[in-house]
Amino acid sequence: MMNCYNEMLEGDRVREPYAMLSEWIETMPVEIRQMKQAEAEALFRRIGITFAVYGEGGDPDRLIPFDMMPRVFLQAEWRRLERGIKQRARALNAFLRDVYGRAEIVRAGRIPARLVYQNDAYEKAMANFTPPRGVYSHIVGIDIVRTGRDEFYVLEDNCRTPSGVSYMLENREIMMRMFPALFRNNRIEPVDQYPELLRRTLVSVAPRKCEGPPTIVILTPGHYNSAYYEHSFLANLMGVELVEGSDLFVDGGFVYMRTTQGPKRVDVIYRRIDDQFLDPLCFRRDSMLGVPGLMDVYRSGGVSITSAPGAGVADDKAVYTFVPEMIRFYLGEEPILRNVQTWTLWKDEDYRYVMANLKDLVVKEVHGSGGYGMLIGPRASKAEIESFAERIKASPGNYIAQPTLALSTSPTFVNEGVAPRHVDLRPFCLCGDRIELVPGGLTRVALREGSLVVNSSQGGGVKDTWVLTE
Amino acid sequence: MLSRTAANLFWMGRHLERAETAARLLDVGARITLLPNTEEGYRNEWDSLLRASGASTAFAEHYGDEITQENIESWLFFDHANPSSVASCIERAREGGRIVRTALTSQVWDALNTAYQELRSLERRPRSQLDTAMLTDFTTRHGSTVRGAINATQLRNDGWHFLNLGYSLERADATARLLDVKYYVLLPQVEFVGSGLDNYQWQVILRALSAHRAFHWAYGGDVTAMKVADFLILNGESPRSLLTSLYEAVWHLDGLVRRYGEGVPATASVRAHETMKRLLARNIDEIFDEGLHEFLTWFISEVASISTAVHDDYLSGRM
Repeated sequence: MMNCYNEMLEGDRVREPYAMLSEWIETMPVEIRQMKQAEAEALFRRIGITFAVYGEGGDPDRLIPFDMMPRVFLQAEWRRLERGIKQRARALNAFLRDVYGRAEIVRAGRIPARLVYQNDAYEKAMANFTPPRGVYSHIVGIDIVRTGRDEFYVLEDNCRTPSGVSYMLENREIMMRMFPALFRNNRIEPVDQYPELLRRTLVSVAPRKCEGPPTIVILTPGHYNSAYYEHSFLANLMGVELVEGSDLFVDGGFVYMRTTQGPKRVDVIYRRIDDQFLDPLCFRRDSMLGVPGLMDVYRSGGVSITSAPGAGVADDKAVYTFVPEMIRFYLGEEPILRNVQTWTLWKDEDYRYVMANLKDLVVKEVHGSGGYGMLIGPRASKAEIESFAERIKASPGNYIAQPTLALSTSPTFVNEGVAPRHVDLRPFCLCGDRIELVPGGLTRVALREGSLVVNSSQGGGVKDTWVLTE
Repeated sequence: MLSRTAANLFWMGRHLERAETAARLLDVGARITLLPNTEEGYRNEWDSLLRASGASTAFAEHYGDEITQENIESWLFFDHANPSSVASCIERAREGGRIVRTALTSQVWDALNTAYQELRSLERRPRSQLDTAMLTDFTTRHGSTVRGAINATQLRNDGWHFLNLGYSLERADATARLLDVKYYVLLPQVEFVGSGLDNYQWQVILRALSAHRAFHWAYGGDVTAMKVADFLILNGESPRSLLTSLYEAVWHLDGLVRRYGEGVPATASVRAHETMKRLLARNIDEIFDEGLHEFLTWFISEVASISTAVHDDYLSGRM
């Protein structure tokens, strides 16, 4: 067993952020806890906070397990995280502006041209076009893990359409509903301003041709999408229409939605569909989800698309290794949050090291996500390591490797009571005319003892995340 | 409002009403199987009710000619192969609601989603623990809860009109279809008069429309074919009569016309007013003289035309 940082206990001493909760746990009888847990699940189901899984059989409405034990940060801890997250979001947007423009970072030799221009996520259609305010990624989700009291690492960046913010908001709602006393007795920063901040961010990036208050819509792939609940939740809280591609059409240099009163112009599209489906005339011809002609309107300033197509070139696992370099290059600052040491297997030297040390490393596919297509060396059998090694040999360029991090643990309710479980954190940073971050985020927890995989598809759960005021 | 949202609300209303229709048929169907009739007798009754729900051949395909309590329950309540079963309708109404979550209040969504979750738990229970009364109660209870939440909490906006248009047009259609498959028992036939058979048949019709009590309050005295037909066609107090259902549809269409003004076509409203005028121009004697079946055929096709016009005016997304 690795020696992990326990966010609640330092030796025998309960750390300050968890002082109140420690008493709360000790005085809660098991029956009450079980009753509350059942109540929480019933609430999630009744409100319909589920992610839909069609085509796998069984119940299409799945619940992500919710752990009632909050994860807590002190104000000082959060301030540092906040500075680091905002710094990173600024640098990522500066990078996108640069690589779709003059590409100075490439010319300066700070990042290999191949990683940018031969990247699948690079969008040729975006070259020499600058979106409103030069912002490409308007919602940046940054996955952070902790390994010590003051040690935070960024695991990955999500510049396209990071999901999970509805859980941040609903986890809080449900905790406040079930345990109001906890909120009266602790001073916890609110997070419920997020939808309003998101709306203001989207308004601030209205297109050039928009006069008057912009009409905003959220573009969803439809109700079979696993994150549909989140799409409709955000549309509802912002008071904007939730549209599908077939609700939109292009006419005379603008985008319109089909309404019962005829066409209505749309100015800002917060899209939750992937680049390749946005416009069948520009990307995938067989896309039924998108809007033909959308990209032409976008490029001529008739509509804004958030996040911009091609924003994904900043967030794959190979470009990741260069983010600290971006921060130095564009902002002239030292990175506040560290990157995890990463070996890139297309370099001979790294390749040799990784192949010799597979049993100690985590190996990931460059384009993989959701915890699939990865090897966790210390937890894998000899046979698993051997077969994964074969896959790496076949295309080393597809893989990166990282040391196995000793993820911090947060106290979590389990059958036997409360036990430490590994957690990560995804805060959601908003970029428009200003850079905003609500104090909190989505904490994901690996519910299986010893597990380091927090993905909901693999036995992960979620927690409310608290930031205490001074 | 998005045309697609309006379409989903309209169909949500239709499916919710259709679920209740299925539950009422289930109630009647079950009652028929309890009667000490010849086997041939109740088979015919049952078959005519199936025809009213538009699913006579489909039932035969799934269950052969075995008409048992259990088969009736399966088909009308649980069977997802029957698009008009309670389970199918609730599931589709709820899926429609999920798609237009942003257009529903949380109370309406909660009521709809609760109906769906409880339906799923009913589906998991052994059939031996369920009886017909429980299933029909389940449907009417949840139907009422959703309806109540709609009335109490939804904004009186265009979405509310579309939702209620769905309800009222579906109800007009269901009443007319049920009358049409049973119209022959309402016709005066010498051999049945006073035999008790006709009286019982009319009771079945009234019961199938949850109207057997209301009928007595409204008319009193003997049950006659003319009174039953009048109650279900032209009585403006009867909640499921053709007149009442059409009146509600007209009212909601007027609401849309007022709200949307002249820029939006109003062919549905014009058509509905026209139908209303022609309905009000007759009394029940004239309808019988003209031919009940012919009259009902005309009415059903009018309701279909209004529904198509609603689609063309509002739901198809003119460009």
